[in-house]
Amino acid sequence: MDNILVANHVSKSFGKHAALNDVSLEVPKGTIFGLLGPNGAGKTTFIRIINQITMPDSGTVLLDGNPLKPDDIRHIGYLPEERGLYKTMKVGEQVLYLAQLKGLTKTEAKKRLKYWFDRLDIGDWWDKKIQELSKGMAQKIQFVVTVLHEPKLLIFDEPFSGFDPINASLIKDEILKLRDDGATIIFSTHRMESVEEMCDHIALIHKGNKVLDGKLIDIKRQYRNNLYEVGLTVQNKEAVSMEMKEKFELLPATFKSINDELQYKIKVPDGTSPNDLVTYLTQKGQLTHFVEVIPSANDIFIETVRNN
Amino acid sequence: MTFLSPLIFVGIFTLVAYLSDLNSEEVKTISVLDESGLFTNDFQDTDNLKYNIVKGEPLSEAKLKAETDENYGLLYIPRTATMEDLANSITFYSEDSPSLTTMGDIENVVEDKVNTIRLKEAGIDAETIKSLRINVNTNLETYKGMETSKLGSGLKLGFGAAAGYLLFMFIIIYGNMIMRSVIEEKTSRIIEVIISSVKPMKLLLGKIFGTTLAGITQFAVWIILILTLLAIVPVVLGVDTSAMEAQQEAMAQTASGAGAQDIFQQVMMEVDNLPLANLIIMFVLFFIGGYLLYASLYASIGAAVDSETDTQQFMLPILMPLMLSVYVGFFTVIDNPHGIVSQIFSFIPFTSPVVMLMRIPFGVPIWQQILSVVILFATFMGTVWFAAKIYRVGILMYGKKATYKEIFKWLKY
Repeated sequence: MDNILVANHVSKSFGKHAALNDVSLEVPKGTIFGLLGPNGAGKTTFIRIINQITMPDSGTVLLDGNPLKPDDIRHIGYLPEERGLYKTMKVGEQVLYLAQLKGLTKTEAKKRLKYWFDRLDIGDWWDKKIQELSKGMAQKIQFVVTVLHEPKLLIFDEPFSGFDPINASLIKDEILKLRDDGATIIFSTHRMESVEEMCDHIALIHKGNKVLDGKLIDIKRQYRNNLYEVGLTVQNKEAVSMEMKEKFELLPATFKSINDELQYKIKVPDGTSPNDLVTYLTQKGQLTHFVEVIPSANDIFIETVRNN
Repeated sequence: MTFLSPLIFVGIFTLVAYLSDLNSEEVKTISVLDESGLFTNDFQDTDNLKYNIVKGEPLSEAKLKAETDENYGLLYIPRTATMEDLANSITFYSEDSPSLTTMGDIENVVEDKVNTIRLKEAGIDAETIKSLRINVNTNLETYKGMETSKLGSGLKLGFGAAAGYLLFMFIIIYGNMIMRSVIEEKTSRIIEVIISSVKPMKLLLGKIFGTTLAGITQFAVWIILILTLLAIVPVVLGVDTSAMEAQQEAMAQTASGAGAQDIFQQVMMEVDNLPLANLIIMFVLFFIGGYLLYASLYASIGAAVDSETDTQQFMLPILMPLMLSVYVGFFTVIDNPHGIVSQIFSFIPFTSPVVMLMRIPFGVPIWQQILSVVILFATFMGTVWFAAKIYRVGILMYGKKATYKEIFKWLKY
């Protein structure tokens, strides 16, 4: 697959502190790429390197197969986590100014700005000063600033912070639409449900090292551990429980059900197929619930970070 | 502010002129009790001093009377055996300590009289001495044959001091402006958005040059407005500035010994004698160089701190050389423009803009000027490099208390 961004053995340290340690990453074109990691893992440093704000000590970053060059900022849109706007400047002027910094002409910027302001329903803010707007409103402006020059690579660092649920979902839809229109999105967040919902690929950075990366679905497959959640209606609960405990590793489970049943998470040994388990269970009683437990992004995150 | 500041300036100037007018109109009455009988009509009333000669009263009564009449003071001249004794036994009684100028006036009168009497006692006629006395007016000329004069020296001093002081003010006002603008971008957190579009070095230089141009525009507006207002206000308000003019004329007269009508011509001639082209070119170069040097330092301070309140600890190293240059300029250069101290400070880049600008009107060899400018601009390159390093790291450091040690570390990132 075509990669829009490739990082080769990127390292960066600040004094004695190694912020990034030999990180290599590939971001496929047209995907939403989740860049995850605990606080202080080095995500922001990595993002700043992509934006050429910080230079790596060693390693290279390729955009569309070519090493990053100053002009590439036109093709990158960056919404930093620490963001803000000039408080006393008017919304319209300010966005035009920032768009021109990205290389748009004034007329072009105006045209696109009109489109976005109509789209996000903020047209009447043109003459307002940022300090008159609420935080959520300012965030919307910030989003427009990030996407206005139609970059092919978008980097969002915690894009939903400060938004109410309605606006958050509005922005989410916009991000998905941008991807469908061909942009690639690097998405850094601590909100695992957004990762689950939106990301095609993820990479996990911990203490400056990349500890995990790949397609989210592949990673989930890799992290599946033959765990099934089952509900079983039986005559003699205790006897069946005892028997199962000897045979499998059992974990307690609770899920909503209208039956009075045994509820367990069952971990089966490698090589046991779900069918084998179902066959065994149906012999014992009425099978009312059978689901493979798929590790959530949250579980994977916590497990990986703990193990490192 | 651009248009208000000149108004305020002119307003204050007018107020001062008005107040000093008021002050000089006050007439002070001084009682004189002369027991020696030597001072018959030596105490002549002046514009603001009125003498009230008291005769035949004892000191205590005269004192009481002077106090109840609310006289400014009582001058008591006792009868003594010799003039030497007299010189040391004259007493001035007053409510508060008298003003120095008043005392000076009185002492002059007494001294003149005593000296005349002593000359007479020694058999020398005071009138003869007066007629023999001659006013020395040294003609100043450089080796190259250029005539100079004291008026010229005054002008040079004026030019130099004005140029130096202007630069000093400019650095403080607009340096601070740059610093605040950096802090603003940092606290509003827009910096990271901007920095992903523009290289920090570009942003830093743009900020410095932009503020410089804005500053020069503002300064030009100020100067034009102030000059215009100063010309108009006295006419409109009818404030009498003639007192000041008279003073200036008197100064000019003593300097040149010529009549008032020639003064304008003389001034123009002296201005002609100044190395004007040199002065203007060097003013521009030192102004730009000096300002850029300090501006880059101000910018790096802005980048290092989180808010304006944190700037204090870093301001001292900037203000010190700046103050030093003004002190050196106003004391050492005025005293001896080409002395060794003046020379040294006119090469040190942090003081050279002010000091050299003050020296140039007195004639500084071209090689010295060029060397100083080269050092200045080379140092500017250095400080910009230094500032860019601090700036690049500092603008992305939030909430970290910057110390000198910390900043030193940033230089190595």
